[in-house]
Amino acid sequence: MTDQSTDRDTEREVGRGRLRKEDARLVTGQTNWTDNISVTGLLHIAFLRSPMAHARIERVDVSPALERPGVVAAFSGRDLAEGLGSLPCAWPVTEDIVLPDHPPVAVDEVRHAGDPVAVVVARDRYAAADALEAVEVDYEPLPPVLDLEAALAEDAPLVHADKGTNRSYVWPLKTGEDYEAVKRRADVVVTRRFHQQRLIANAMEPRAVVVTPLAASGEYTVYSATQVPHILRVMLAMVTGIPEQKLRVIAPDVGGGFGSKLQVYGEEAVALEVARRLGRPVKWTESRSEGYLATHHGRGMIQDIEVAATGEGRLLGLKVELLADMGAYLMLVTPGIPILGAFMYPAIYKMDAYDFTCTGVFTTKTPTDAYRGAGRPEATFAIERIMDELAAELGLDPVEVRRRNWIRHEEFPYDSIAGLTYDSGNYEAATEKALALFGYDELRAEQQKRNERGDTVRLGIGVSTYTEMCGLAPSRVLRDLRYGAGGWEAASIRMLPTGKVEVVTGTSPHGQGHVTSWSQIAADVLGVPFEDIEVVHGDTRAAPQGMDTYGSRSLVVGGSAVHRAAEKVVEKARKVAAHLLEANENDLDFTDGVFTVKGSPEARKTIQEIAFETFTSHDVPDGMEPTINAEHLVDPENFSYPHGTHLCAVEVDTETGRTRIRSYVCVDDVGRVINPVIVEGQVHGGLAQGIAQALYEEALYDDEGNLVTGTMADYLVPVAGDLPEFVTERTETPATSNPLGVKGVGEAGTIASTPAVVGAVVDALRPLGVNDVTMPCTPERVWRAVHSAKEASA
Amino acid sequence: MAHISVKVDGTAYEDEVEPRLLLVHYLRDRLGLTGTPVGCDTSSCGACTVELDGASVKSCSVLAVQADGGEVTTVQGLARDGEWTPLQRAFHEQHALQCGYCTPGMIMAARDLLRENPDPDADEVREALEGNMCRCTGYQNIVRAVLAAAAASEEVTA
Repeated sequence: MTDQSTDRDTEREVGRGRLRKEDARLVTGQTNWTDNISVTGLLHIAFLRSPMAHARIERVDVSPALERPGVVAAFSGRDLAEGLGSLPCAWPVTEDIVLPDHPPVAVDEVRHAGDPVAVVVARDRYAAADALEAVEVDYEPLPPVLDLEAALAEDAPLVHADKGTNRSYVWPLKTGEDYEAVKRRADVVVTRRFHQQRLIANAMEPRAVVVTPLAASGEYTVYSATQVPHILRVMLAMVTGIPEQKLRVIAPDVGGGFGSKLQVYGEEAVALEVARRLGRPVKWTESRSEGYLATHHGRGMIQDIEVAATGEGRLLGLKVELLADMGAYLMLVTPGIPILGAFMYPAIYKMDAYDFTCTGVFTTKTPTDAYRGAGRPEATFAIERIMDELAAELGLDPVEVRRRNWIRHEEFPYDSIAGLTYDSGNYEAATEKALALFGYDELRAEQQKRNERGDTVRLGIGVSTYTEMCGLAPSRVLRDLRYGAGGWEAASIRMLPTGKVEVVTGTSPHGQGHVTSWSQIAADVLGVPFEDIEVVHGDTRAAPQGMDTYGSRSLVVGGSAVHRAAEKVVEKARKVAAHLLEANENDLDFTDGVFTVKGSPEARKTIQEIAFETFTSHDVPDGMEPTINAEHLVDPENFSYPHGTHLCAVEVDTETGRTRIRSYVCVDDVGRVINPVIVEGQVHGGLAQGIAQALYEEALYDDEGNLVTGTMADYLVPVAGDLPEFVTERTETPATSNPLGVKGVGEAGTIASTPAVVGAVVDALRPLGVNDVTMPCTPERVWRAVHSAKEASA
Repeated sequence: MAHISVKVDGTAYEDEVEPRLLLVHYLRDRLGLTGTPVGCDTSSCGACTVELDGASVKSCSVLAVQADGGEVTTVQGLARDGEWTPLQRAFHEQHALQCGYCTPGMIMAARDLLRENPDPDADEVREALEGNMCRCTGYQNIVRAVLAAAAASEEVTA
């Protein structure tokens, strides 16, 4: 029997706050994290890592480890180099970029604390970890390279001596008029240097990889805690030489990523190589402290920024000079991260000249790469902070200075000075709504009173009117940026004989709720019940085509692909329905999953009936392929540009330096919303990470290049008591560049919130003579800022 | 090797274990109870929180031998005949999880709170969960969920 009922609730799915299909497994512990996977004969891998930031490897002897109980094999970097190539960098941003070799396990030199030097394989994880201490390594210390400016000095020690420089690349972007020319006619010029501290992503699930070989046929299944199973498959084929068709990559349940699992890691390549050599299944799971050294970091930039403006506060030009810390090697998209920011410094503002340069610099630290927002939080921070400083310089309200410069809603689509076309937006509407929710005028009045009273606990108000480019990305733009892949996304819809539906997506969720949202999108187009849809993802055999999940791209690109594929199914089904109902295709209506003949509504076929008819194919139109399944690949025509206004009020105790967030209001415009519950959750999480950069987190190195915030006990990931209750609202200006009208939401909260919080801290202290506090605004830093301002004025 | 007898989620086990074996590894690697994950190595994150003899513990900070003679409840032992507890339901209904990796620990820690304080306010929830990290939710919906579960439990017992 087939279930051909259409008892579907006729309310549209898109826009409903559906509770997630994903949750049932997760709240009951029936999960499938990579580290949960166990197979007969599984061996465990452990990595011996460099305790030094920079050293020549004089000797590695793994043989003593082989004597330890339970140890099956051990390898040095040189042993493994026979089978493994350099780890890939897919984004060489300039033609003459300095692109060093990156062996998965170091061979001649270690270049950051945590760089692996040897591998031990044993029958359990304890035995493997124990045997690491038996490996003998002689190091000849080399000078560490830690400071970005010192690294560029003539006589600086080199991270990669064979390259002759620590400068990886210089990437310029000059648009509009000549900046120096517009600066000459400016009434006011404001210059600042901002520091983007290094951050550690801290996805709650540590990285892990399991490889199961079918040695006889040379096939391998790689399970990895990755955001990018499809990219990983291509790259592992290249690094190991294993033919791509013999590799299957599965991202099982993945516990968060935030960019840190958008990577092709040495441990993944090594696990595959060890499984190939031993013909046995292997597993590696990082410890958290190991991950702090071995999983890429984010941010890490020095930003010199200058704006030139008229006396009324109208921007004339913007100049940005970045030093970006690459760390020791260029990983998958390391050099491209600051370039993603390059287009966002002009933000929502109109100006006549823009002059941007980024210099990528090698240091002997853990490599940097994508972390939530990836280049755009840095850009947004710098422009929003300097807009505050411009306002202060001119005695204007920070909201007013923004208002005088932003693109008005009737000016869309708008070609930004950086060369992007912002398709839609309404900055006025989002700002008005946010100001009202926040009680801006009342808080300003209170602030003034407290300043006049000379309160020791000051009130500060921060504002961030951000936009960002996301939904990566139009493939042609990526070509122009020298990115090594496209930005399309794939979806296919399988109409099963029983009337149920499989949506196959190339996105690879790790907390974003794609299973639920994609079900909502497909349910509306196909007119089938939400519950009848299953979403297949994260397995290169079951979902063979995809570009995976990062850069707030999944809904914009992948969701659009689901929508288009479902439309194709309906068009195919329409042909079958017309044939069965003996009507002209144009005479058929399709509503809520039912084809009816115009004028005779009793003549009807459900899409589920059509699916069954096509399965038997006893009576489909002549010449038609016996399927209504469909596939669609979307290559977006533009990025999507979410925007919004975030307002933060802080209380800063000038005696202790402690900052407390009193209220946080944000109004985001992420276009049309598929699932408001999921969108709100994405905003909350984004805010938490942006606030964490402003107030709490920093990966700190000592003068020898040791990571001193090397454990979760030393690096301050905020817990519930460290964060406020957020007020989140939306305006809805649909994107025009995709059929759903959606914009990305995954990174918006992180991009927007950091300058709102730091701006609020500075605003609180400005009457005391403070005009900047370096992130994170710890009590010590705030206290020092207050006291140096006091001393300066004394 | 040391001999232990321990009851986990209602099932009795007898095992020989290395004295240094962590309880969480015993649960995951020996018993196959992988619902309890490991998030760190400094007992900072709370993802591995379980109940040992009625009190919540971080199972990465307890040796398996310390659980000898004891009774352990993990997230996998909460539902009865497929019926979720109020906390499990509330986490789902309030969208208090995204990737879900911290969820077992959050739920177990929240159980501990509600046992001691069945009617907490939001600040008390935030304080009680200070040993549990979540990187996805910003905690707002977790707080909502714990408050909702408290309210629902009151309804049940009223």
